[in-house]
Amino acid sequence: MADLTEQFKERISVAGADRPLCIRGGGSKDFYGETPRGEILDTRGHAGITDYEPTELVITARCGTPLAEIEAALAAENQCLAFEPPHFAHGTNSATSFATVGGAVAAGLSGPRRAAVGALRDFVLGVTILSGVSRRLTFGGQVMKNVAGYDVSRLMAGSLGTLGLILEVSLKVLPRPVAEATLRFDLPQAKALEALNAWAGKPLPISGSCWHEDVLTLRLSGAEAAVAAAKQKLGGELLADASTFWNDLREQRHEFFAGTETLWRLSVPSVAPVLDLPGEQVIEWGGSQRWWRGDAAVAREAATKVGGHAVLFRGTDKSAGVFQPLPAPLLKIHQRLKAAFDPRGVFNPGRLYPNL
Amino acid sequence: MTGRAHTHEREQDFSDVDCDALVAELARLVPKANLLHEQEDLMPYECDGLAAYRQVPLAVVLAENEAQIVAVLKTCNRLGVPVVARGAGTGLSGGALPHGHGVLLSMAKMKRILHLDPVARVAVVEPGVRNLAISEAAAPHGLYYAPDPSSQLACTIGGNIAENAGGVHCLKYGLTVHNVLRVRGVTIEGEVVEFGNHALDAPGYDLLALMIGSEGLLAVVTEVTVKLVPKPETARVIMASFGDITHAGDAVAALIAAGIIPAGLEMMDKPATAAVEPFVNAGYDLDAAAILLCESDGTPEEVEEEIGRMRAVLEKCGATGIRVSSDEAERLKFWAGRKAAFPAAGRISPDYYCMDGTIPRKKLGEILRGIADMEKEFGLRCINVFHAGDGNLHPLILYDANVPGEIERTEEFGAKILEMSVALGGTITGEHGVGYEKLRGMCVQFDSDELTAFHAVKAAFDAQGLLNPGKAVPSLHRCAEFGRMHVHHGELKFPDIERF
Repeated sequence: MADLTEQFKERISVAGADRPLCIRGGGSKDFYGETPRGEILDTRGHAGITDYEPTELVITARCGTPLAEIEAALAAENQCLAFEPPHFAHGTNSATSFATVGGAVAAGLSGPRRAAVGALRDFVLGVTILSGVSRRLTFGGQVMKNVAGYDVSRLMAGSLGTLGLILEVSLKVLPRPVAEATLRFDLPQAKALEALNAWAGKPLPISGSCWHEDVLTLRLSGAEAAVAAAKQKLGGELLADASTFWNDLREQRHEFFAGTETLWRLSVPSVAPVLDLPGEQVIEWGGSQRWWRGDAAVAREAATKVGGHAVLFRGTDKSAGVFQPLPAPLLKIHQRLKAAFDPRGVFNPGRLYPNL
Repeated sequence: MTGRAHTHEREQDFSDVDCDALVAELARLVPKANLLHEQEDLMPYECDGLAAYRQVPLAVVLAENEAQIVAVLKTCNRLGVPVVARGAGTGLSGGALPHGHGVLLSMAKMKRILHLDPVARVAVVEPGVRNLAISEAAAPHGLYYAPDPSSQLACTIGGNIAENAGGVHCLKYGLTVHNVLRVRGVTIEGEVVEFGNHALDAPGYDLLALMIGSEGLLAVVTEVTVKLVPKPETARVIMASFGDITHAGDAVAALIAAGIIPAGLEMMDKPATAAVEPFVNAGYDLDAAAILLCESDGTPEEVEEEIGRMRAVLEKCGATGIRVSSDEAERLKFWAGRKAAFPAAGRISPDYYCMDGTIPRKKLGEILRGIADMEKEFGLRCINVFHAGDGNLHPLILYDANVPGEIERTEEFGAKILEMSVALGGTITGEHGVGYEKLRGMCVQFDSDELTAFHAVKAAFDAQGLLNPGKAVPSLHRCAEFGRMHVHHGELKFPDIERF
C-alpha cells in the first residue's frame, strides 16, 4: 500500500524523447501492441485498493494493484468487474507476471461478457494520471454520472499508456449474477451467426457466446427465473461446470489459441456474414469479435470489407502494424492529443502507433 | 482574422466579426430560406431551455445536409467566426446559448432516420432526430433506444451526444455514451470524421467517448448510429413511503447491497410530492417525508422474483407504506408524477432553477440537510427530486424573477449546492452539462492544470477555439474573476449577457 507518486514524478522529469519510459505493471500484456521500448517504469509498487464501498458500486485502486486482488475483494461482497477483463498472466513466470488494474485499463481489453454489459471503457468512472510534464490530473470521479469536462477517463482506456501514467482508477462494479447456465448447440457458422443476432434482439439474459468448429457455446446469466425461462426457450445441451470453459476462453487457454502463427482479432459488426478466411476461427461477442490465425493483408481486408478492423493480437512479426492505420484527420487529432498530454514524448513511444 | 489562437488564459474577443460580410458569405452556401439574419427571425433562438440567459446571434443557418455544414464551418473557420450548434434547444445549462458575434447552426431540419436494422439492432439517424422518435421507429421490432431524458419527446440525438444525456433508467441501461456506436461529424476545419463504427470498438484512442458530452466544442455531429436494445417484456414499479428521508436513503443503499440493480430508482421529497400530486393525481403518499419509486423490468417471472426481493428490503428499511403497480396504467401513473416534477415546479412558482449535482449515494442525507439550511440562508424554497440509483440530485429552487434580488440569490443558492456536491466527493453536473451556467462550478471542481488539459483537448480538435466558445470549460482568467467575485457577493456574474 505504498504511494510512489513522487518517485514517478522524478522518473518522468529525467526522461525525455531520447530517453523514454516504458510503463509496465506485471508485464502480462507485454505481447500486446507495438513492441515496448524505453526504460521500464515499474508500477507494481504503487498498489492498494484505496476505496471500496459495495453499496456505492465503485472500487478505486492504485495502478499497481493486482487485478486478482480486486476481483477477490469484489467476490467477497458478491460483486464483480462485469466486463471480465482478461489477465493473460499465465506463462513461464506467473509469480511476477500478473495483471495489474492499471495495465488492464491501459490495454482496454474486455472478456466474454462484453457484448452483454459493455467494455472496460464503459465501466471507467474516473482516473488520476501523471501527465508527461509530471502534472497530477484527476478526471471523472467516483459517481455514476458525471459530465463535467471532457471524458478524459475513458480516453485513457485502451490508450496503452501513451497519454499518461495512470496513478489511480475508479471502476463501476456490479452484483454477481444470481444464476448462470451454459448451453451447447451444434451449428455451422452461418446458422450460429444468424441465431446469435436473432437472440440478441430478444429479451434473453445472454452473457457470453463462443463458436468454434460447428459448436456454439452460450452462457446465460441473471435472475433464477430468467435463466430458467431462457434455458427452456432455447433448448440445446446443458454444459456442467462451465466456468472453466469461460475462464479459459477469456485467458486464451482454449485449444485454438495454442498455435504460434500470428493471431488476429477481427472486430466487426455482429451481423457481418461468414468471413472469407481459410482455416479455423473462434467467434465471440455475438459475432462481433472473431479470432483467426494467418496473414496480415487477408485479415485486414476481411475486416475492412464488412466495416470493421483487425488487430494483430499476438505475433512475432509486427511489420504490418498492430492496429489498423487511421484516416489522416483522425491521425492528426491523435497526434495533437498526444502532444497535449505528453508534449515531451516520454510515455510508451510507438506502442499504439509507430508515429505516436 | 485567422490565426487567432485559442488559449486557456482568457476569454476570446470576437467583437471584430463583420456581420454583413459574414451574411454575404453564408448566403452563397445555403438556400435563402435556410439563412436567418433579421432581428425578428433571430429572436426565437436567443436561448435554450435555460431562459435565464439570452443572446441573439448574428445569423442562424438551418442546415439540411452535411455538405452545407462543411461549407459553413470552413467559411467560419476562415473568417474566425464562432459557431454554436443547436438541436431542439431543450438543454438546461445554456449549452446552446448563441454567441453574440457568431453563427447559430440549427440541426432542426436534419431529422431523418436514415436506416434502421432490426437484426443488427442499430439505427442510423441525423442529428435532429428526436430521442423518442428513435424508440417509436424501433417499437414494431420489439426494440428501443434506452437513454430517456425527461425531455425525450422534444430533445434531439445530436443534443444528447453533446450532453451525454441520461434519464431515469441509466443505472441499469447506461447513458448516451453506453448506447452510441458511432458518431460522424465535421471539424471546424471542415474535415469529415468518424468516431467509432458498427463494430464494438475502433482502432486508436476512444475519441467517441471524448465526443460524447463534449457540449459541441469539438466537432459538429452530422450522423449518429445508436444501439437498439430489446424492450423488456414487462415492468412493474414499487412506490414506497418513508417517514424519514434518511431511511429512504438507507433503503437505496440496502437495495444495491442486496445485489439488485433496479431499472429505475427515484426519490422525491415531501415538498416535491406535494407540488406534483394536485397536478397529476398519481396517488402519492403526501404524509411521507420521502417516497421511492423502484422499478423492475424483464420477463414476467424475473420481475415477480425481483419485486419480491425489493419489497423485502424496503420493508426491512422501515418503509411505512408499499404499493406495487398492478398494471401498466398504474405503473405509468406512478411515474407521471415524477416526470411532471419540473412543470409542477413551474406551476407553484413563477420561476424555478434546476440543479444537477451528483454525489455518492451515502451522502444523500447530508446534502439534503445542507439544502434545507440553505433554504433558510437564502430565503428561498427548494423541492428535491433525485435519480437515487445514480446519486444524481435535481433540486428545484423556486424563485420569482420579478422580485429584485431573487435571481441573484437563486444563483448563489445553486452554486452553493454544487460546491457542496463537489465537497462531498461528487460533481457539479450529472447529466445537464456545464454549458454556460456552471462555468463557476468548473473552477471549484478542477484545478488550473486540469482546466489547462481540457483546453488542450479542445485545441486538438479546434485550434482557433471557434466551436461554442465560452462554454463548458472556463478560462483561467474567468476562474480568477470568480475567486474575486466570491468576496463581493451581489455582483452580476456575466455582465455581457442579457438576463431575465
